[in-house]
Amino acid sequence: MSSEGLTLGRRQLGLMGAGLAAAGLPALPPLVEEAKAAPAPGTGPIKVGILHSLSGTMAISEVPLKDVMLMLIAEQNKKGGVMGRPIEPVVVDPASNWPLFAEKARQLLSVDKVAAIFGCWTSVSRKSVLPVVEQLNGILYYPVQYEGQECSRNIFYSGAAPNQQAIPAVDYFMTQLGIKRWILAGTDYVYPRTTNKILEAYLKSKGVPAADIMINYTPFGYSDWQANVAKFKAFGSAGKKTGVISTINGDANVPFYKELGNQGIKATEIPVVAFSVGEQELAGLDTAPLVGQLAAWNYFESVQTPANQKFVADFKAFMKNPKRVTNDPMEAHYIGFNMWVKAVEKAGTTDHSAVIDAMIGVSHPNLTGDYATMMPNHHLTKPVLIGEVQANGQFNVVWQTPGLVVAQPWSPYLPESKYLIGDWLPPMSCGNYNVKLGKCLGKSKA
Amino acid sequence: MRRESALTVAAILGGALLLAAGNVLVPASGSLHVSGFVVGLAGKYLCYALLALAVDLVWGYAGILTLGHAAFFALGGYAMGMYLMREIGARGVYANPILPDFMVFLGWKQLPWYWFGFDHFGIALIAALAVPALLAGVFGWFAFRSRVSGVYLSIITQALTYALMLAFFRNNMGFGGNNGMTDFKDILGFPIGTDATSVGLMLVTALVLAGAYLLARALVASRFGKVLVAVRDAEPRTRFLGYRPEHYKLVVWVFSAMLAGIGGALYVPQVGIINPSEFAPANSIEAVIWVAVGGRGSLSGAILGAVLVNLGKTWLTGALPEMWLFALGGLFIVVTLFLPRGLIGLLARRRAAPKDAPAAVAAAREVTG
Amino acid sequence: MPRQVQGLSRILLAAALFVLAALPPARAAGPFAELASVNSDVVAAGVRALAVSGNPRAGAVIAALKQGRLFAWRWPNPAAPLFIRTDAGLVDARTGAKVATPPMPVNLRAVIVSDAVRGAIETGAGVLDLRAPAAATRERAAEALFQAADPGSLPLIDAALRTEKDPAVRRVLRDAQAAALLKSDTAPVPAQLAAVRRLAGRADLSSRNLLASLSGEPKPVAAAVARAIAGIDRQLRLWGLVENVYYGISLGAVLLLAAAGLAITFGVMGVINMAHGEMVMIGAYTTFVVQQTIAAAAPGLNEFGLLFAIPTAFLVAGALGVVIERCMIRFLYGRPLETLLATWGLSLVLQQAVRSVFGATNKDVTSPAWMSGFVRLGGLTLTVNRLWIILFAALVIAALMAALRWGGLGRSIRAVTQNRRMAAAMGIRTPWIDALTFGLGSGIAGMAGVALSQIDNVSPNLGQNYIIDSFIVVVVGGVGNLWGTVFGALILGIVDKFVEPITGAVLGKIIVLVLLILFIQRRPRGLFPLKGRAVEA
Repeated sequence: MSSEGLTLGRRQLGLMGAGLAAAGLPALPPLVEEAKAAPAPGTGPIKVGILHSLSGTMAISEVPLKDVMLMLIAEQNKKGGVMGRPIEPVVVDPASNWPLFAEKARQLLSVDKVAAIFGCWTSVSRKSVLPVVEQLNGILYYPVQYEGQECSRNIFYSGAAPNQQAIPAVDYFMTQLGIKRWILAGTDYVYPRTTNKILEAYLKSKGVPAADIMINYTPFGYSDWQANVAKFKAFGSAGKKTGVISTINGDANVPFYKELGNQGIKATEIPVVAFSVGEQELAGLDTAPLVGQLAAWNYFESVQTPANQKFVADFKAFMKNPKRVTNDPMEAHYIGFNMWVKAVEKAGTTDHSAVIDAMIGVSHPNLTGDYATMMPNHHLTKPVLIGEVQANGQFNVVWQTPGLVVAQPWSPYLPESKYLIGDWLPPMSCGNYNVKLGKCLGKSKA
Repeated sequence: MRRESALTVAAILGGALLLAAGNVLVPASGSLHVSGFVVGLAGKYLCYALLALAVDLVWGYAGILTLGHAAFFALGGYAMGMYLMREIGARGVYANPILPDFMVFLGWKQLPWYWFGFDHFGIALIAALAVPALLAGVFGWFAFRSRVSGVYLSIITQALTYALMLAFFRNNMGFGGNNGMTDFKDILGFPIGTDATSVGLMLVTALVLAGAYLLARALVASRFGKVLVAVRDAEPRTRFLGYRPEHYKLVVWVFSAMLAGIGGALYVPQVGIINPSEFAPANSIEAVIWVAVGGRGSLSGAILGAVLVNLGKTWLTGALPEMWLFALGGLFIVVTLFLPRGLIGLLARRRAAPKDAPAAVAAAREVTG
Repeated sequence: MPRQVQGLSRILLAAALFVLAALPPARAAGPFAELASVNSDVVAAGVRALAVSGNPRAGAVIAALKQGRLFAWRWPNPAAPLFIRTDAGLVDARTGAKVATPPMPVNLRAVIVSDAVRGAIETGAGVLDLRAPAAATRERAAEALFQAADPGSLPLIDAALRTEKDPAVRRVLRDAQAAALLKSDTAPVPAQLAAVRRLAGRADLSSRNLLASLSGEPKPVAAAVARAIAGIDRQLRLWGLVENVYYGISLGAVLLLAAAGLAITFGVMGVINMAHGEMVMIGAYTTFVVQQTIAAAAPGLNEFGLLFAIPTAFLVAGALGVVIERCMIRFLYGRPLETLLATWGLSLVLQQAVRSVFGATNKDVTSPAWMSGFVRLGGLTLTVNRLWIILFAALVIAALMAALRWGGLGRSIRAVTQNRRMAAAMGIRTPWIDALTFGLGSGIAGMAGVALSQIDNVSPNLGQNYIIDSFIVVVVGGVGNLWGTVFGALILGIVDKFVEPITGAVLGKIIVLVLLILFIQRRPRGLFPLKGRAVEA
């Protein structure tokens, strides 16, 4: 296993969470008092912002996240809300337009005065919102797997960092499937670029020669895959078992898998593991050419735990549509929202600073039978699952990391971020602390 | 005409001052207080108005239907974005005093040559004008010289902005790829995102818009402008009279690109992000519809259209998200079918004083591409 | 010869005995016991042994394993019972008889299916198919054996070669024999050299892969392998050129389909229809609806849903086109730029309407079996769906040209575009012809949608992805000239596919766009401009 020293047992994590919470406690009281002094209304509903695109190209992915948030809020209100106050969702539509994300975030924080924002999908939307939440000291829960290299005080990353998805998937390929030759195929944008950079460095650190790594980028919505698949095939004919690590995004996936199927490339010959293909993406397509291909996530709808069965049933009932599916980012929102509720009750206020501090160390059961804990780097502990696509559009879990994986938002495999860590507990209280220089970077203009 | 110009300038500056006063002078608890959020929105609309003004100059007065003007807007924005990125300096997450964050984590070792000098505001400002002007100059010189016109020109302007969008998407270009540039800290020492800076930027934008409007007004009212209208209405005839239409078109085309560029440069610090989606062909076409709604061939109309359509957009995407595309699409159809002169045309008809508005009259004339 | 031709089952039995004899004693417990092992390598060996055993249950057991329906006893058990779960209950894997007293589910576990086992299943299924009556099936089986390159399959291949008559199957079997020989450690050097020559002659990616995977060969063999690989690489490079042309033609066919309708509305009528892409999209959604309807009403016809979708899409998109022309376009004749804006607005409305009706997610349009898979042509792998699309594009264009040339409507259309007043004076109802022409262009776009639903996502954005390319094709070809459109599409496709491997897909696209802008400067009226007065109108 690659993640040596990073996988923890469930019990250790529980202890760790408790320890962290204890460490965080002394820091809290002054902040709480500050919040009470502020003219925050003590009664009435608590507003929560939902910042997901309801129109435009990203609507297909983001609308289900809005739906799940509405369900979680409705359920929490049935249980009596938070601190005895009901929660009121404020839904806005940033329309898949990146500057609009920033604008709507500003509106949520400065006009609607929401207690927290749950939102964003693409990295660029998060990057667009980041300066706004930092400046207005808001809270954003970001539920999607991403490329890392970021650790803001005002963002809680409930999705996976690269070492919680990409690296375990590569390990699976290496140890279980005996892959010797690697094709890193991605759509040409920042998430695949960064992930592939990390993976390339990781593979090289494992002794894979550069000649056995091929990196291939295609544009958004690429549909004419013939030549590229033929190229993959040619690369795979060097006498070593070859696998594809796919960071191909969204709409380009269907034509890609169709072409693989049509050119007769089976999962047993050249397996493909994808990081952006989940239940929601499979829901709208002919799964026949994909059966047997792999995906790496931290959650699958098919996971058989009581908590998940209830969650899936609740969601279908809430949407009044038995065909709706759940997916990994939805679980991330489930965890994030429940943690926010716990943190608010722990802090006794919805004041942003108090909640941010109270969040660290909060634990909540995830839907796969483990505990998710909010670590000081504002990322969660997660299990990593490898699933095989089945004909019904669901995944069959074929492999799982033995314990939970702690996120490394700063990749240790890139020279630029090798010495960086994020730790928002005092005394460090820094998202990008350079352990070699022993100081927090980027504070002054020098 | 005097009256219309005076009214427009007064409306732009007065409106901006009123909003600014509402933010600065009225206490936050007052019912008339204008929040920083609204000031930011107003600033954004004014930038769009600059773009609309630019589109109207070439479409309304020279008959060039551009479907790629957002490219110049975005280029201006990128120039400003590069300055703002450099201004961050060592406050980036990797604390690299020279390289922006996105270059650091993608493994760039040194600043590409085209980034040099962008730590100076002046150079960035010049680039925001010069880069769009240069691109427009080269593109226009080739296109107008070989008499590409009408629909063909529209399609290649669209191809131009589409190609630029794909190019800026590429991470290897050194402009931040799909994520573009964001997380700016300050501009000329003023922290970005605070109410005071927003008010200042909005006022500057209003001033620039008013200045650009007067400049454009002077241009179209001059002899040059009259030849331009002649080119629009009967290019071959103008040519036979001894004028060189391609020169007139090129000048107004480059001037218009510079206006769009300055609009983009002002836009970026106010919205806080610049990325390749600003090049999307749909954005350019949207800018055309602002002009059509306001009134093609009327500079005040273009400004009015940009502000009104965007107000509608802000309201609709908040209130009825799924209706927005229906509304926008319907607007295109209704305006082209029933309002060829736009809202200004409606007003002009209401006042029934066509001698006051030669521009509107010109626009009313049937124009064929 | 006749004496050698014996019952196939006996040969297979002999082969199985040979294999069994070669196995280490620990494995002598038989393939069924091996399947019950908890070691996935032993299971894989069991699958292989079962496949060559000639046991009549082999096919059923391997199929059950593939479907995850094969279960073993959870606890150690010398009898190693195996069960197949069927819809009717558990059956004994060895006999196929129904189990009278089914064991508690808790005592059962699924037989391990790891990657190694899956590979063995593929080979195993292939071996079983060698006895199939259809030559095509046997050929596929032989190909599977070739891919597996398993020395254990050698006796089996020899046996099959003795009985096989079909030359194509024999050829593949010989390849498989060569592959297995090369993988075997015991084959004599001359035999190995012959095998290398055989694979060098086959000269495809799989044989290259196999040759490259060899290691530790005797010197002369290693040298021959290196030479063979170099030779194959040379041949593949040559085929690569041909392949690029084919990819270009294939992309050109897609572009041509997308642009054909536009060549009518824009090229013939001069209407800038920015909603053209949405007509394509509506054709694709029609395909979806037709498939759903057929699946619900007449599942037997599922395979031919596309054939029904083609005329339906033509009619739906065509009818919509007529409505659009009557309600909108006809007020805008002579104002091309206004038409552009209005139809752009229309495209937004149509997209959002489809999104509201069908939802934002992609729709699941299935590919029939006759459009899946690939055919080999020399060193080329041609996918069947692309071949159909090339054929379809050719048919559509041929039909369109024929209709314009000889059809009654076509004659009227040409008359109206050439001289509207004269046509009207001759009694042609020109407004009606305008509507029908626009309808024809839209209908063709709808048919393109049927084809595109097979290679792209069926989503509200489908049309937008093709609109810019379509205009480019028509403009490059020259407005008002169908042959121009054909050449424009092919040239763009081929240029794209030759630039792409050099620069990568993203930069390639940019370069093509820049080339296009330069091209239009040089030839503002396209490759095949219309000459004469009509141009200035």
